[in-house]
Amino acid sequence: MIQQLAIFSENKPGRLERITDALTQANVNIRAIHVASLGDMGVIKLVVDRPDDAYKALGAPAAVRKIPCVAVRVRDRPGALHEVTRVLSQAGINIENASGFAVSRSEAILILEVADVLAAERILAQAEFSTLDEGEFEAAVA
Amino acid sequence: MASVDVYDANELMDRSSLEQLQLQRLRWSIEQAGRSPHYNKVFSESGIAPDSVRSLGDVRRLPFTEKQDLRNNYPYGLLAVPNEEVVRMHHSSGTTGMAIAVFHTPGDIGRWADLVARCLYLVGMRKEDVFQNMMSYGLFTGGLGLHYGAEKLGAFVIPTGAGNSRRQIQFMQIFETTAIHIIPSYALALLATFEEMGVDPRSLSLRFAVGGAEPYSEGMRERLQDAWGIPFYNCYGLSEMQGPGVAFECPEQQGLHVWEDSYLAEIVDPETGEPVADGQEGELVLTTLTREAMPLLRYRTRDLSSFISEPCSCGRTHRRLSRIQGRADDMFIVRGVNIFPLQIERVLMSMPEVGHNYLIVIDRDGYVDRLTVRVELTAETFQGDLAQLRSLQERLTDALREEILVRPRVELVEPGTIPRQEGKAIRVVDERELGGKER
Repeated sequence: MIQQLAIFSENKPGRLERITDALTQANVNIRAIHVASLGDMGVIKLVVDRPDDAYKALGAPAAVRKIPCVAVRVRDRPGALHEVTRVLSQAGINIENASGFAVSRSEAILILEVADVLAAERILAQAEFSTLDEGEFEAAVA
Repeated sequence: MASVDVYDANELMDRSSLEQLQLQRLRWSIEQAGRSPHYNKVFSESGIAPDSVRSLGDVRRLPFTEKQDLRNNYPYGLLAVPNEEVVRMHHSSGTTGMAIAVFHTPGDIGRWADLVARCLYLVGMRKEDVFQNMMSYGLFTGGLGLHYGAEKLGAFVIPTGAGNSRRQIQFMQIFETTAIHIIPSYALALLATFEEMGVDPRSLSLRFAVGGAEPYSEGMRERLQDAWGIPFYNCYGLSEMQGPGVAFECPEQQGLHVWEDSYLAEIVDPETGEPVADGQEGELVLTTLTREAMPLLRYRTRDLSSFISEPCSCGRTHRRLSRIQGRADDMFIVRGVNIFPLQIERVLMSMPEVGHNYLIVIDRDGYVDRLTVRVELTAETFQGDLAQLRSLQERLTDALREEILVRPRVELVEPGTIPRQEGKAIRVVDERELGGKER
């Protein structure tokens, strides 16, 4: 299990810049970013190499929340995502949000938001996928 | 009742003796008022003889005094003593043509201090207390008014005035402040400074706070009491009547005792000027009973309240006013509907997801009024997804619509982004005059 950060941000010029500035100052590396907005409101989701440091850097008074996610290692080839989604859908697990990025020529990491992270990890492990904890994730993206 | 600990025996007078005293003082006050050019003219033009007031009810034969009368008679038209008897003036912040000046003799200052001492004693202030007075000093009455009263009690008074937040907190620590006097919105703003300094207000020596100078909702008070860990007592006053100390809350926190040995209070229908039934809301009208320099008869305060006539369990016989529901001047009209900012505040403060600070903006979208309520999301309640924000926005819109009968636009903004103020908070921005009107 890893932690993704969700940040409440008004949908206005300069807001994202303020976040990236704080993370640059803290020397945090962003691996994936997802922005969802509705009218004037937005939620920015970030997968970073060091979530605790990022959380501190974004700190009060900002509204930031750590969201537990599944990080799963897959081969970077056609059909890799499909294999993961098939295993989870067979187990009745709904993926609420997903992002992914390559970590090498042959390997990618998928980040999945699901209601029950531990159950999803157990099912993926049974299907012989390798899920990452925070330390493994940090090492993999370093 | 016999053993109620009071500052002044008048606080426990039985109603009939109190009313007798009021009548005697009212007759004196009318006579005193007649020495001012304004009331002299009012009495001669209206043919009312000051000595024709023979009962408290007769006061209704006198015309109201309006804020505009004070403006028209600026500066000395309401002064009832020779100028050399005046030792102090307080003055409104209004610009030329709108200004109000209020004068005091040494006796006025002394009686004012006694009334404030009575208020502070009521909520437990004694000579051992350390009182940090965080209200502006100067022409505004909030600072000096409480200062004199607290000194009269023998408390140790720290006249910090408003602002300089870090020093305020340092003083609370160094001098072990036990009581404060503060504008509620500044008490909210200071919470951010406490957090920055890593100081918990609940860990200090504070015992109670007096909140004054602006109306605030019960929900806001609960939040303040919770964050500071002390009771906040409401103080009511207006500079025309002296300043703070006209009415004050006792520890029951169920309405404010209006000091009826010093003021004759009426509640009237703001439209007709007729008295309303007991317990019904209306405009508070006050007559000074002891003031020498500038007596005011049937002054329309433009504050909305109601009488609570049931005896108070604290034992004091002076009637209570329900919490001031807002100043008539604060009311604004959107799409033909009358709205008080406090109605909006009440709704906002009932939702934990909403921060303490908010802003109401009124502008025009074409020819239609548009009401926007801007609130900060509290960081702790953020769940991390847009669905929560959308549902909160909908719940707020519906709850506000229910309360004010106008559907507002609710804007959720990031914590800490609505500017905080050290003085009275600016909660309403009306941009309609600048916008679409003549275009």
